[in-house]
Amino acid sequence: MSPTAAGSPTCADTTIGAGIKICHLYPQLMNIYADRGNIAVLRHRMAERGLKSEVVEIGLTTPIPDDCNLYYLGGGQDRDQLAVSEDLTAKAEPLLKAAANGAVVLGVCGGYQLLGHSYTSTKEFIAGIGLLDLETTADTNRLVGDVVAEVTLNGKTQIVVGYENHAGRTHLGPGCTPLALLQQGHGNNSNDGGEGAVSGKVLGTYLHGPLLPKNPWLADTLLAWALEHARNPVKLTPLNDQLENAAHEVAKTRTRRKK
Amino acid sequence: MITKIKLPAVPQGLAIGAARSANRLSQKLKRGGGTTIGGLVLNCLRPTATSEMSKAISDGIILVSGTNGKTTTARLIRAALNACDFRVVANTAGSNLERGVSNALLDADKANIALFEVDEAALDGLMVKTKPRVVVLHNLFRDQLDRYGELELLVDRWHTAIAQLPTTTTVVYNADDPGITYIASKHAQTLTYGVDDPRTDRGGLPHASDSTHCRYCDTPLTYDMVTIAHLGRWSCNKCQRQRPKTDITATKVDLHGLAGQRLSAITPQGPTEISLRLPGLHNSYNALAAIACTSALELTLSDVSTTIAKRRAAFGRAEHIKVSNVRVTTLLAKNPAGANENIHTILLDSNLDLKGHIHLLLLLNNRTADGRDVSWIWDVDYELLLNCNRLTSLTIGGDRAYDMALRFRYAGLDTSRIKVLMPIPAAFDAAINSANTHGGLYVLPTYTALLELQELLTKRGLTTAFWEDT
Ligand SMILES: [Zn+2]
Repeated sequence: MSPTAAGSPTCADTTIGAGIKICHLYPQLMNIYADRGNIAVLRHRMAERGLKSEVVEIGLTTPIPDDCNLYYLGGGQDRDQLAVSEDLTAKAEPLLKAAANGAVVLGVCGGYQLLGHSYTSTKEFIAGIGLLDLETTADTNRLVGDVVAEVTLNGKTQIVVGYENHAGRTHLGPGCTPLALLQQGHGNNSNDGGEGAVSGKVLGTYLHGPLLPKNPWLADTLLAWALEHARNPVKLTPLNDQLENAAHEVAKTRTRRKK
Repeated sequence: MITKIKLPAVPQGLAIGAARSANRLSQKLKRGGGTTIGGLVLNCLRPTATSEMSKAISDGIILVSGTNGKTTTARLIRAALNACDFRVVANTAGSNLERGVSNALLDADKANIALFEVDEAALDGLMVKTKPRVVVLHNLFRDQLDRYGELELLVDRWHTAIAQLPTTTTVVYNADDPGITYIASKHAQTLTYGVDDPRTDRGGLPHASDSTHCRYCDTPLTYDMVTIAHLGRWSCNKCQRQRPKTDITATKVDLHGLAGQRLSAITPQGPTEISLRLPGLHNSYNALAAIACTSALELTLSDVSTTIAKRRAAFGRAEHIKVSNVRVTTLLAKNPAGANENIHTILLDSNLDLKGHIHLLLLLNNRTADGRDVSWIWDVDYELLLNCNRLTSLTIGGDRAYDMALRFRYAGLDTSRIKVLMPIPAAFDAAINSANTHGGLYVLPTYTALLELQELLTKRGLTTAFWEDT
């Protein structure tokens, strides 16, 4: 019996020409905050431009390929995160190699924590893969709510919106910088005004909602990087983002009004 | 803030008097029909009141909890109790937190049995306070993660609270849910229910299922059959644990779209066949839970079957109204498991309707009672509606309508086919207009959107107010 009977967002391309290869890590276990929405956005924004994308799904015990252009790791419950940690730390080599060669990596929530050195929950110590120089420790109260933050990538600054829900407090080492500066929300540790982390083309964030549908600029930035890595540096044509912009505005104004 | 005042406990009679006055005042001011304020006052003046008043109910307390279906299940049980001449006190007006239960208990002197629908996060506390005669554990799906936290935390809390129940309590539980089975199976007195008809098999787990790993050894569970979300005939290959034998078993489920269903079940009192007016497999589970609960109370099976066969859907749970010749069916959709069931029901229903046109109105709010986080809509398999090629019109309303519009854009629907109108009355009118030509309109609102919709329909004389709905 196939583990997923009902349809995932459909884009059935399996060949790769002028396009990218996406590696979706642990879609069965790390999917708590609708991570498939992020994958759907990446694929759809390629398809609408006539570009190809192939998604490889990696579960427990399947090896990670080293030839993907974008790696995605979503959020999971503590229990699932522990199972993933044991598996991922044992087989992370190809991922680390790809990242060192400029592949894009995005970790969200639990996935973000696992990109760091470790996550110490109230019950156990969960090892990460150390791709980002950061450590996370769980506190008893969760940091929950809407987030508005400013992200600068490729010399361009934009507002991103999202939702956060995490017990972890993340502290960054010198090897990475915050992905975003908070305008609203708790971010990494509700202390230093930083949200997420970035080092080269490796990104981590607590923002879901999911992240990419309401922040299409960020999605396109990741796609442009992935295309460069695939040696297909296509200029991405603008898409009709009316719905995206409206959703972004609603999220932003509702968050600010609450305060 | 009334809840912050700390006072010495007030004598029970006085506290009850004050709580009743608060309710009368609230009703006079027309604040939500006075469904919780009395309970709030009571718990504040005398924190032990809920326990004390529970003890006074001669035939005991019944608690019903779970992510989905608790309202309908409680309604079915209540109908059966009424038919068997019990005098029932219940929290029918929708508040299922402790204050709603306490408020309902203000009428306990007229009753000999109490039946409460209980919020998942309030169940452990209320089990301790009320020492129930029967607890029904229906299911646990991912829902309102911002409020409940991870599903695992609720499982742990329920598990701990069940271990503290008196052995005289009967735990009635859904054996098809591996998480619920883990919580309940060690209790001294249990009664289990489940669905066994292979035709209800959905052929695999839907996206984003929970409780799919064995609680004891962390191995992915194997399913011979999957019904709703992670419910089904499950087993663990490693530690050999499996779905327990069921005491109440649905052997045949014939679903007739929104018209209802024919349910055949085996029970300790023998077999029964019921023509339910309630549609969908989720309602098969609700009926089984009601049969199991009333079986634990030793009610006569034939009385129970006759009674639940007559029950119609509650507002927002698949009941229909006519609005300018359009048949409008409202199906509350507040989490992925529930929304997926609604979609299956709509597909089956529109298939029976020869015209086969689906007009859809989705109303997405993210207020406190809905959950602030709208991520959950990405876990719903709306693709099933797109793939069937019968979606004739799509209108989206509510505070977070644009998030829902994006959900459909990225499912591959041409954006020119998505009509977005944030104000719910405007969205409703637009959807009725689209539906005027063919087929019926299916409305999938979140909880507060449902209340807004009902207010609108009440204003237009099309339905009754919430707290009058019994
Ligand atoms: Zn096991």
